Amino acid sequence: MLHENICEKGFLDEQFVQLEELQDDDPNFVEEIATLFYRDSSRLISNIEQALEKSPLDFSKLDNYMHQLKGSTTSIGARRVKNECTQFTDYCNAGNGEGCKRTFQQLKKEHSTLKKKLEAYFQLARQIGPVETACRPK
Amino acid sequence: MMSSSSSGSGKKFSVLVVDDDPVIQRIHRVFLDRFGFETQVVGNGKEAVDLFCSGASFHLVLMDWDMPIMDGPKATRELRRMGVRSMIVGMTSRDRDSEKQEFVRAGSDDCCSKPLTSNTVTSLLQQLHTKYH
Repeated sequence: MLHENICEKGFLDEQFVQLEELQDDDPNFVEEIATLFYRDSSRLISNIEQALEKSPLDFSKLDNYMHQLKGSTTSIGARRVKNECTQFTDYCNAGNGEGCKRTFQQLKKEHSTLKKKLEAYFQLARQIGPVETACRPK
Repeated sequence: MMSSSSSGSGKKFSVLVVDDDPVIQRIHRVFLDRFGFETQVVGNGKEAVDLFCSGASFHLVLMDWDMPIMDGPKATRELRRMGVRSMIVGMTSRDRDSEKQEFVRAGSDDCCSKPLTSNTVTSLLQQLHTKYH
C-alpha cells in the first residue's frame, strides 16, 4: 500500500522531500525528475554491467561510472541505491572484483524495487491529486 | 521565506548551471528559478566557455566537476584566463575533498556539494549581494 511511507522504509531520504517541496506550481515535477533519473541511471547501470563482463576489470572505469550513478541517486534521494553505490566504490578501491559484482546485483535489485514503488506512488498521485506526498510526516 | 535574487535595482541575478546530469540540470533550474534567478543551463565546460566567448555574462556560474569534453576545473581555469570575473562555484560530491582543492586551485570562488539546498542558495545570494553592491 502506498501509505506505507517509502521514506520510513529507507528507500528515499530528505532530498526527495526537498523535491516534493519544489513541486508547488508544477504537479508533474517530481515524476519528471524520477523519469530523468531512471533514464540516466539505466544507461549507467548498463555501462557498468558491460564493464563487469570484461577481464581484467578496469576498476578506474568502474569507479568513474559508479561516481556518476551515485551523483544521480543523491540528487533524487534514493538512499538504498546510494548505499549500494558507496559499497561498490569501496570494493572498487580495494580492487575486489567479486565484491563489486555481488554489490552490483544488490544495487540493481534496489534500483528496480524503488522504480516499482515510485511508479505506484505517481499513479496514485495522478488519481487523487496532490493530497499526500511520499515523505511528509503525518 | 526565500530571499530574492534581485540585485536591488530591480535587476535579477543571472546564473549559468554547467552540468551534464539531466537530473541536476532540471532540479537546479527549478530551484534557482524559485529563488528568482535568471537561469541558463549548459551540458559541459566547453559550452560554458563558448557562451562567455560569444559575449554572454552571468553573475554566478555553478560548475560541475566531471563532464565530457571539458571538465569543471579546466573550464574554470579557461574562464579565469579569459578574464571572466563572475562568481564561480564548484559543485562537488560530498565525499571528495580533492575535488574542492582542485576547484580552488583552478580559480573558483567557492565550492558547494550537489545538489543545491535552500541554505546553500541563500548563502550564495548573500555573497552575490556583497560582490555586486
